[in-house]
Amino acid sequence: MSAPFTPSLDKNPARAPIGTQHPSGTQRPSQERFRLQGTPGLPATSPEVRLRHVSKQFQAKNGSLTQALADINLVFDADRVTSVIGASGCGKSTLLRIVAGLETDFSGEAVVNGRPVSKPGLEAGMVFQDHRLLPWLTVEQNIELALHAFSPSERQDIVHQKLELVGLSKFAHAFPGQLSGGMAQRVAIARALSHQPRILLMDEPFGALDAITRLQLQDELLRIRAQQRMTTILVTHDIEEAIYLGDRIVVLSSRPGRVAAVLDVDLPRPRQRGDSAFARLKAQLYEDFFSQSH
Amino acid sequence: MRPPSSIAGHSALPEKIDRSHITSTNTSITGRAFSQWMHGIIYRAGLPIAIILAWQLIASLGLVSPALLPSPAYIAETFIYLIQSGELWRHVSSSAARVFQGYAIAATLALTLGIAMGAFPKIDRVMRLLVQILKPVPPIAWIPLAILWFGIDEGSKIFIIALGAFFPILVSTVDGIRQTDKKYVELARVLELPHHLFLTRVMLPSALPHVMTGLRLGFALAWMCVVAAELIAASSGIGFLIMDGRAVSQADLVLAGMLTLGVLGKLTDDGIQRLEKRLTGWRTDFTGLSAK
Repeated sequence: MSAPFTPSLDKNPARAPIGTQHPSGTQRPSQERFRLQGTPGLPATSPEVRLRHVSKQFQAKNGSLTQALADINLVFDADRVTSVIGASGCGKSTLLRIVAGLETDFSGEAVVNGRPVSKPGLEAGMVFQDHRLLPWLTVEQNIELALHAFSPSERQDIVHQKLELVGLSKFAHAFPGQLSGGMAQRVAIARALSHQPRILLMDEPFGALDAITRLQLQDELLRIRAQQRMTTILVTHDIEEAIYLGDRIVVLSSRPGRVAAVLDVDLPRPRQRGDSAFARLKAQLYEDFFSQSH
Repeated sequence: MRPPSSIAGHSALPEKIDRSHITSTNTSITGRAFSQWMHGIIYRAGLPIAIILAWQLIASLGLVSPALLPSPAYIAETFIYLIQSGELWRHVSSSAARVFQGYAIAATLALTLGIAMGAFPKIDRVMRLLVQILKPVPPIAWIPLAILWFGIDEGSKIFIIALGAFFPILVSTVDGIRQTDKKYVELARVLELPHHLFLTRVMLPSALPHVMTGLRLGFALAWMCVVAAELIAASSGIGFLIMDGRAVSQADLVLAGMLTLGVLGKLTDDGIQRLEKRLTGWRTDFTGLSAK
């Protein structure tokens, strides 16, 4: 089907012929299969993520130690969005990286579904602040990279499906350098979702985008989440974003990062940014935010 | 899944960018295009032409002895003679054969070892000291040993060329791989990329610009080494032509050989650059999506 457009770099054999593509039945088998291969014995629902007494120190080049996180105890509920906010440098990205398994040198424990996190993996989808697409691969090849555990035809199906989900079907064969910042971040989200993770970790995913694109992508994320339930941790420095997207908000204090406040967001969805309840919550968070910073 | 008709949207992307017009002369040389073309020629070739004209003037005025510096016209005559007699082709082909053989050996070994050293710290640790000590030894210093080991024929020359081209390719390959962005390494860990995919999709493409620079440098070194080897012991080749010119006190032969080397070096360099452009096509500047 898309063979004439396949760039020469793409070495994937055997694309699925049109007839074999089933409108709805394509995703389930691959998901099942992947679970069997990747994480045997895990339940099909999203896991809960726990941090127990997590502390992290960084050593500067001159040998002095900086306490980045101090005794963090948190539970990120299954299937819910937890926003983590804090001033820059408060250790919120470090916290996310610990959950992702990218940081190993810390004390305490990060536990996913009862098991300590030891290394990064496909169980979690990660969206970095930079889109982190490989510039020498097309959009399609970038997403396919996350799908190496799937068969080539499944890969093709999932790529198309996810690109459609983020509205970039037309750009499957574009290189990242040809995309705008917002489009590239959409691809990064599509890639993070492609391997059917049950945890979605986002490190200021919209931080580098302009205000309007950011609002668009926030709504897009909500739309996507309505289709694919995942335990989601969203690190952001944008209070409004934290409220708009989060079921719960964790406020971190700065240096060392401690849990300053945890708030449940009980506003009904879809949320209105102009709502009075929204504004009250925002005001409250501002207060929490600034009371702890000085 | 949408029906495949949605794929037709790819047509919104531009066709592969045709850059042939940059190197080849324009097919429709008319008016403005012609003046642009001339402009380009003057910019690119203006300085060499001016030097040749000045040189010719100095020679015609009899300011230097033709035995020391023959005029460009005289050298051109020598060239014509060398081409017509088949001499030039004999020398060029024997030098080129040596260069390509030596270069092929060097590139194969240096790329393999470079990738291994770049990817596996253990191999790097084992090899590093040896490489660091051997690298600064000029290939010319190997010539006596090479002749002892491989005799006076082709073997020793190919050895010298391979040695000369080897180190620049090795060093830039290791450097290129070492400079793989940590962010991509992190991404690879998150995606649990198998080794072969990490190698082919992340590490090598990222190192490619460095590797290509090494391959270009290596070729330049290969041309230098072939001449060095031929200057000392050979019965054919451009180095031999130059030495022969000196022996019979014919500066025009020496200069003709030097010029030939320059042209050959430029051609091979162009070839590798073209290959590089092709391999790093993703770097082409974007000309705009025809958004609908």
